[in-house]
Amino acid sequence: MGTAELLWNGLAALLTLFIFSFLYRDNVFYKFAERLVAGVSAGYWTILLYHTSFTDKVIVPIFEQQHYWYIIPSILGIMMWTRFSRKWAWLSRISLAFYIGIATGVALPIAMYASIYRQLQASMVSISLDWAGINSALVTIGLLCSLAYFYFSKEHDGWFGGISRVGIYTLMIGFGAGFGLTVMGRISLLIDRVLFLKDYVLTLFGA
Amino acid sequence: MKKSLPLGIVFFAGVVMFFQHFIPTDQSEFIYKYANDWLICIGVYAMLLGIWSLIRVTLHKARHDPNERFYAIVTLVSMGIMIVAGWDVDNLRAGSLFMNMFNYILIPVQATIFSLLAFYVASAAYRAFRARTVLATLLLFTAFVVMLRMIPLGYISELNQYLVAWILSVPNLAAKRAIIMGVGLGMMATSIKIILGIERQYLGGD
Repeated sequence: MGTAELLWNGLAALLTLFIFSFLYRDNVFYKFAERLVAGVSAGYWTILLYHTSFTDKVIVPIFEQQHYWYIIPSILGIMMWTRFSRKWAWLSRISLAFYIGIATGVALPIAMYASIYRQLQASMVSISLDWAGINSALVTIGLLCSLAYFYFSKEHDGWFGGISRVGIYTLMIGFGAGFGLTVMGRISLLIDRVLFLKDYVLTLFGA
Repeated sequence: MKKSLPLGIVFFAGVVMFFQHFIPTDQSEFIYKYANDWLICIGVYAMLLGIWSLIRVTLHKARHDPNERFYAIVTLVSMGIMIVAGWDVDNLRAGSLFMNMFNYILIPVQATIFSLLAFYVASAAYRAFRARTVLATLLLFTAFVVMLRMIPLGYISELNQYLVAWILSVPNLAAKRAIIMGVGLGMMATSIKIILGIERQYLGGD
């Protein structure tokens, strides 16, 4: 490891300790690291958007390819800035309206396809009398019962209450699995940070 | 005018983009591509607006709050260094100041902040999780079994692998699929309400 890399790693180790200091209480070191990252993150996204989106969708089409119709979304984008003026703030609604209109129009068929059609298609598998077939049937039963739990137009009593009860059991297993996986993910990150600190200290002392 | 024009634009753009999806022609493809470019373009200016807003708020803190002054300067200076360092596209290669600040400041701090959640999740679970009902016990047991998967316990681990694989691929899949379908139906309902002008909170006041 060269001197420059050692120094950068030292900064990373110091900032890691600053963040961990929050476990004791909120303090100046944590605040420093937090605000430093807020600034670095804002700068990073500014540059990323400039080099990818702004260059690709504004500078190149208008100034290099002479596709002048790209001036229209640029004007709409600039109109977003009227938010700072009380008198002209309503103009930003026009840009927002284009954004929301296009986004909802695009999202509607995609949600229909990905969240409904594809999920139903994956649930409708042929039933067979082996383990895979039994598991597929259980997934379908669990899905129908869970959907019944979310159906509030009918009171949850009698046979329908029984079905929705099975649904909430299925959902609880799902939430438990989700919780367990989230905790494991966070623990993995923690192990990674501790290993990083250990490796850095060992490198520093020439081990 | 201040409200009806945006509502009309949302209706027109929403209906056009919805039907465009079902019309497989070159013109329809062009509309889709151009509309997507519009989204990106407006989004870039909106993001710049957000960054300008951050600068304004931070400058305000630096001027009027002596306790926050130092931290506000740290934010502004680090943002300025990042922007100057990355302005030229040639400075985005590995080993440059921009990439070093990304690799040695942004990535480690974000990873550490997320790893802190391990402590808070464990602490919250210790305080809130009580196996008082069958449902709570089921959730607790599933979480315990899933977490136990990574612990080497000999023969028990081997059995646990099968149990966790079954939990993840059968009841968990059914639950997640039901949630995805519920979210999808919710998205569709909200999109229709926005296009028809029933949901108009995004317009704000006045």
